[in-house]
Amino acid sequence: MFDQFLYGTEAAINGLMTGVMYSLVALGFVLIFKSSGIFNYAQGVMALFGALTLVGIQSGQVPFAHLINAIFGTKIHHFGWTLPAILAIVLTIGVMILFAWLVERYLLKHLVNQEPIILFMATIGLAYFMEGVGDLMWGSDIKKIDLPIPQGINGTIDSLTYDWFGYGFYIDNLDIAAAIIAVVLVVALTIFSQYSTTGRALRAVADDHQAALSVGISLRSIWVIVWGIAGFIALVAGVMWGAKSGVQFSLSLITLKALPVLMLGGFTSIPGAIIGGMIIGVGEKVFEFIVSSSWFGDAMGFTMNATENWFAYVLALLFLVFRPQGLFGDKIIERV
Amino acid sequence: MKLTKLAAIATAALTMATPVLAELVIPSLSYRTGPYAAGGIPLADGYADYFHLLNERDGGIGGVMVNVIECETGYNTEKGVECYEATKGEGALVYQPLSTGMTYQLIPKVTADGIPLHTMGYGRTSAANGEVFSNVFNYPTNYWDAASVAVNYLLDENEGDLNGKSIALVYHNSAYGKEPIRTLEALAEIHGYDLTLLPVDHPGQEQKSQWLQIRRERPDYVVMWGFGVMNAVAIQEAANIRFPMENFIGAWWSGAEHDVLPAGADSDGYKALTMNGLGMDYPIFDDIQTYIVDRGLASGAGDQIGTVLYNRTIYAGFLTHMAILKAQEIHGVADITPSMMRDGMEALVITDEMMAEHGMAGFGPAFEVTCENHGGPGMGAVSQWDATAQTWNLISEFSESDKDVINPLIEEDSLAYAAENDIELRCN
Repeated sequence: MFDQFLYGTEAAINGLMTGVMYSLVALGFVLIFKSSGIFNYAQGVMALFGALTLVGIQSGQVPFAHLINAIFGTKIHHFGWTLPAILAIVLTIGVMILFAWLVERYLLKHLVNQEPIILFMATIGLAYFMEGVGDLMWGSDIKKIDLPIPQGINGTIDSLTYDWFGYGFYIDNLDIAAAIIAVVLVVALTIFSQYSTTGRALRAVADDHQAALSVGISLRSIWVIVWGIAGFIALVAGVMWGAKSGVQFSLSLITLKALPVLMLGGFTSIPGAIIGGMIIGVGEKVFEFIVSSSWFGDAMGFTMNATENWFAYVLALLFLVFRPQGLFGDKIIERV
Repeated sequence: MKLTKLAAIATAALTMATPVLAELVIPSLSYRTGPYAAGGIPLADGYADYFHLLNERDGGIGGVMVNVIECETGYNTEKGVECYEATKGEGALVYQPLSTGMTYQLIPKVTADGIPLHTMGYGRTSAANGEVFSNVFNYPTNYWDAASVAVNYLLDENEGDLNGKSIALVYHNSAYGKEPIRTLEALAEIHGYDLTLLPVDHPGQEQKSQWLQIRRERPDYVVMWGFGVMNAVAIQEAANIRFPMENFIGAWWSGAEHDVLPAGADSDGYKALTMNGLGMDYPIFDDIQTYIVDRGLASGAGDQIGTVLYNRTIYAGFLTHMAILKAQEIHGVADITPSMMRDGMEALVITDEMMAEHGMAGFGPAFEVTCENHGGPGMGAVSQWDATAQTWNLISEFSESDKDVINPLIEEDSLAYAAENDIELRCN
């Protein structure tokens, strides 16, 4: 029985870590929603696009090479360089800021003061457009992230827990790195949002576009800043998830893992995204551990597997019943 | 009056000036975009390059040029059906949808339209029974054969005895991923191994629970039935928990370069089944270089030549080529119809000599298709990834599956389908 307790604890800790990975995606959603009232459907594709761009720039891939070759009959694919990781990251952040400016210039500017559903629909269009551009720009083949990200079982935790309990816990170094990055991001974003002038301006814009404009806040600048930061967060999420599986187009589907986190943590709370992610992660991993175990099978006469995808949503829905704004979301007050 | 005459003359002139050229239409339902593009690109490239090679080198097949019509599906079943509907009117001779989901949707359609469907190593396994499935062919092998070949390989590894051994099946939680379960369960009863089933939900980006369970239960072997990102994540997770790669065997849709490259050196030693030859050490690749690459005709970016999945559709193209030749021989015409193509596929004979003649000696097994058996011999081989050389290498000969187990399963499933759909048995 003690064995099962240890296994369950290991599953829970891994759930916590996995939840943080979900939170990295959810953070981008929260930031944009909190500061502009837009549910950005394109956040997952932004993660994909950021990771594709990073790998492409670092490996010296010529953007739009297929297109250029098809039109001009050339055979260019690479510039022939491999950039240092830090330079590639800086350049990719530049691309994401440029992307934010383009989104504001050609999309959001035309949708000021529109209904949230219209803005949401616009981000759906943006997601598919970006996926197509990403494909044209960098190709659809799978790419390996070439950054010094630690990966594999953490030997220290393994040997320590083995000494204590006679069973070594498995914790992935990648998850530990993700957890540290997520904590740093949350602290930085919370300070920025709560205490900086720009952060307060972001919240004013989110409350009411017209009211913010009337007090002299530049809506366009704010949107570029927000989308730029969200692009950076998407890049971080894309890199961490891409390190697990390579950078390929199903990376955009990580959005599906962020949605229950948002439902649970609230769309407007940065710490909520992290706490929500942890609850979802632990919940789904522990539930899967319990219902797939032999002792559950002996007791109930059946076992279940592959429950994580649907259980995360069930858990989020349960929370929604009691707190529609999510655990940490702002309470919705409509005055007549 | 003058205008009418002019129009008549113009029409006659145009008709004479542009005689309808015969061509053999081969649709290619490709997925170069979307979440499965990494696998879809080499598959589409290989298929197109093979037929372009025939056009360039031989002037087509039997003197008739081949027209490959590519239609992008994004690996989406609905789009695949749309592609079928959009291209079948062009005189499509045979469809290879490269998707089990699409296959299930197309089986009733092709049967009604009289167009053959070739699902090589995927699709509905029981379509191997030609008595029930007149227009569906899954030679030279199918999923259940693959499961049996994997178990046979493990039997060889264990001196013919798997009694007391444990095997975990990590599978895509879909119709495709569930295909081998029945066979593996039947073989478990015979050989006495313990089978654990570990489904992974689409797309398979997150598999921590499954690999924690593997780490706890320490099965002797892990067999994987995955596709797309699931494969790469599973191989990385196996490396993370230090599961011995030589005891990890993927199906033939879990054993391409893009499945192992993301894990880097950690993937060294991972094994996968294959139904086709690997690498470029076959004379046909010299022809591809001469007639396709050097002439700038390579499909896509031309960077997939010799990869596992590129070779697979080179092989698929070869089998289609041979079936067209057979159909032309049977009916005595070069410009064949889909119905004639079906006859050619049903009478197909592949010999070692034919493969050698076409620069593909040993690329696949020799076999015959009959009215009753649309599934061929059900042979497969095992390959292993060398992360240093970045090559897949064959580590076993092509061997047959356990037909004593598989044939009754095929018969049971196909006859149930026949009863459900009121199909009269053929081949009597």
